[in-house]
Amino acid sequence: MTKHNITITINGQEEELLVPSNMTLLHLLREELGQTGTKNGCEAGECGACTVLVDGEPVNSCLTLAVEMDGREITTIEGLSNNGKLTPLQQAFADLNAVQCGYCTPGMLMAATALLRRNPKPTEEEIQIALVGNLCRCTGYQRIIDAVMEASRQGGAQ
Amino acid sequence: MTITESGLVGKSVIRTDMMDKVTGCAVFVDDIQFGPNLLHARLVRSPHSHALIKKIDTSKAEALSGVRAIVTGKELTARLGLYLIDRPIFADDRVRVYGEPIAGVVATSEAIAVEAVKLVEVEYEVLPAIFDPVESAQPDAPLIHPDLGSYSVANFIFPRPGTNVSEHFKIRKGDAEAAFSECTAVAEGRFRLPPIEHVPIETHTSVALCEKTGQITLWASSQSPFAMRDMIAQGLDIPHNKLRVIAPLVGGGFGGKAGVTMEACAVVLAQAVEGKPVKLRLTREEEFVGTSTRQSLISDIKVGCDKDGVLQAMELTYYFGGGAYNDYGVNIARAAGYSCTGPYDVPNVKADSLCVYTNTPVGSAMRGFGMPEIHWGLEQIMDRLAEEVGMDAAEFRTLNCVRTDDEIVSGMKMTPIDLDACIEKAKKAIQWGKKEAPTAPNKKRGKGIAIMWKAPAMPPNPGSAAVVRFNEDATLQVEVGGQEIGQGAFTVAAQIAADVLGVPYENVTVSTPLDTKYSPYEWQTVASRLTWSMGNAVKAAAEDARFQILETVADAWEEDIEDLTIKDGIVISFKSEREQPLDKMVVYGMPNDDFEGWKGGPVVGRGHFMPTYVTNLDPETGQGTRAVVHYTVGAQAVDLEVDLETGQLEVLNIASVYDVGRAINPDLIMTQIEGGAVHGMSSAYESMKFNEDGVVINPSFVDYRIATIADIPRKIHGDYVETPIDDGPWGARGVGEHVMVQTAPAIANALYDAVGVRFSDLPLSADKIYLALEEKDLIKSD
Repeated sequence: MTKHNITITINGQEEELLVPSNMTLLHLLREELGQTGTKNGCEAGECGACTVLVDGEPVNSCLTLAVEMDGREITTIEGLSNNGKLTPLQQAFADLNAVQCGYCTPGMLMAATALLRRNPKPTEEEIQIALVGNLCRCTGYQRIIDAVMEASRQGGAQ
Repeated sequence: MTITESGLVGKSVIRTDMMDKVTGCAVFVDDIQFGPNLLHARLVRSPHSHALIKKIDTSKAEALSGVRAIVTGKELTARLGLYLIDRPIFADDRVRVYGEPIAGVVATSEAIAVEAVKLVEVEYEVLPAIFDPVESAQPDAPLIHPDLGSYSVANFIFPRPGTNVSEHFKIRKGDAEAAFSECTAVAEGRFRLPPIEHVPIETHTSVALCEKTGQITLWASSQSPFAMRDMIAQGLDIPHNKLRVIAPLVGGGFGGKAGVTMEACAVVLAQAVEGKPVKLRLTREEEFVGTSTRQSLISDIKVGCDKDGVLQAMELTYYFGGGAYNDYGVNIARAAGYSCTGPYDVPNVKADSLCVYTNTPVGSAMRGFGMPEIHWGLEQIMDRLAEEVGMDAAEFRTLNCVRTDDEIVSGMKMTPIDLDACIEKAKKAIQWGKKEAPTAPNKKRGKGIAIMWKAPAMPPNPGSAAVVRFNEDATLQVEVGGQEIGQGAFTVAAQIAADVLGVPYENVTVSTPLDTKYSPYEWQTVASRLTWSMGNAVKAAAEDARFQILETVADAWEEDIEDLTIKDGIVISFKSEREQPLDKMVVYGMPNDDFEGWKGGPVVGRGHFMPTYVTNLDPETGQGTRAVVHYTVGAQAVDLEVDLETGQLEVLNIASVYDVGRAINPDLIMTQIEGGAVHGMSSAYESMKFNEDGVVINPSFVDYRIATIADIPRKIHGDYVETPIDDGPWGARGVGEHVMVQTAPAIANALYDAVGVRFSDLPLSADKIYLALEEKDLIKSD
């Protein structure tokens, strides 16, 4: 397998990496870099658990090739809170008990972060549209919607 | 000794795992790093639903570079099982279900393992397969387990060797036949549920390591690390202390990660490559094809009442499609048997509940354990009977529902509950009786109600143990063996310990991950039993620690222990008003007043709980003194509308009310009620689909749809009542599964109210509804 040199910025830190052509961004993050906050749920782009931000846009990292990330900026769940300070969205998820098993939570937070950045005052329906690709089997979703609304009131994604 | 009232019980404290989960720090099995030594496993699976294995040739696969080991059923004689030991780790001489593991391959990378799987050549002789449990229960049906009679079985399970029936539970109470002849109204019907999947977002993952010494460690996404250890250790004849199961957080369980799924495969593969860890992570497709399902059920239900609507008789036959092997299946049929009437007071009952082998995926525990299955039919029949005697459906339920101290179907006296209050609250929340206008002219709107009961279904004596261990600064570790699967079990454990010990909640840490080497015993995280059983154990451990602390202080101060309490982490004396912070004394003890020696020492509290009062039931009548520990009951009411152009349902509101005994953490209860309502709604639309050969044809999120954020009801009104039980901590009982038990029939009843059509089979798919509406000439099209 051909390998490629790429330079990517992950959560503000620049990395120079040698990656095979067929390696996904999900595999790179989890297996090569040990950044396991991003979850593997289906490897088919159907559950959203692996959602990360690439230049601010939410993508399924399981469907994204690492080699395509050359020169891009990636944000994962590990890059949201800073020195123990949660973002308003993380805080709202915690305050409103919008988490149960927690496996979908990182992807859900990343997709909602992207939403709040492009639309700081979303309606409930806009939240549903933005998060329809993120599956959760535990919560019943209402608290996730409520948490995004609350974060929006508290100053957005940041 | 006075128990503290620090007010933590009944308070919605933040989850112990919340910060880890919102920051990406929460560790699941697949997140653990094993370094470059890690090997990867994949399974060879059967392409047939029923076949004899004539020959397995692994030579080509073995020759592939990077393959380290291949294990087949030929090398293994072990069988595993919970109640009926029937399941080989890899298929023995036959396969009994599509997707059954036949062999495992270990390789240096996942990609090589996938390649090697394709190179394993298996010769089969295909046998006739049987998928329908009623057909499979017939005496002349082809046998799926010819050796059923030789399997080990628990003494409360009654298989019928020479048939495919793995359990037959009977109720013979009163005289149903005679009672039916006196009934004014009788309703009967056959109802069907297809198998459905648990669909956790985390697929089953395990890593096994066998040291050169034979010591085995298994990291697994498991609801039941102790039961997993017990089953695998027994099956492979490994002493329990040589098999260590480590179970980090579970990314969704719902019953699918109780028992053993493929973890024993990982263990035997690791034994083949000593010294190197082997990871076996199911793909999403395998999660749909190769794990257990909620069992299918065909139920024949006949119910009669007198002219006043009072229930007189029931005749029930339940055929559970147990699948190829028994995991929990036989005990599900048993639980469905002793709770066969649903939450009703019925004097005359004849019931047969059967678990039947079928060439379908292993039927097993799923949130509700037999109860969603039987309530699907029961709760529709009750509506039909109410209609026949001209009664309102809710009023009919209030008239007939079970109450505290009633003698229920198994002969046991009903434990304290208030189902009436649940029904009333649900009615009020949904505005029962008020006809609502549809939101659009092409829609019809209706309301429906359904009630439920469920007891923890377990062996008679499942135990829980807990340890409370203080640190020097009076923070403390609570050690339990029950698992956090999202329901909040660790939080409740921390709350209970903090409350009893009079320390701040923030000072308590629950020791994770669960580890059979260090964690105290817990039977399993199933049956909604942790708040109750593990809660009792934690409470006992905290009381033990508290006693040690107060005894030391009383001794040092020469006071009476009765005069002391602990508040905000300080021991205080009501009598002398002296104070002693817990800081340091909980490990270093206290000096005597005159510094002549010391008292106390490191405080370690120990507690356990095991129900000792459950009795066996008569195998011919199903009657006994106490079939179960207790019941949880509840009511759900649904307001929905149907699109007459498409057959699409939209659930607008769900009111969902349960009797929880005592709410330890009210908001966590609400999260269960809300999540359960959506899970229940989703389950009404879900179905595993098979082709005529038994091949699963919808093994993906695209083809097996679960509810998304766009599908949820506009409103979920959750509520609870509190009727304390005598054997739970502060009267608390479980509620985690109950919250989805009767959602599907409540939806079906509302659908009938909307369009006057009854559906006896799940799923309630739009195409099925459309065709039924078309038949009734209700379709609107322009």
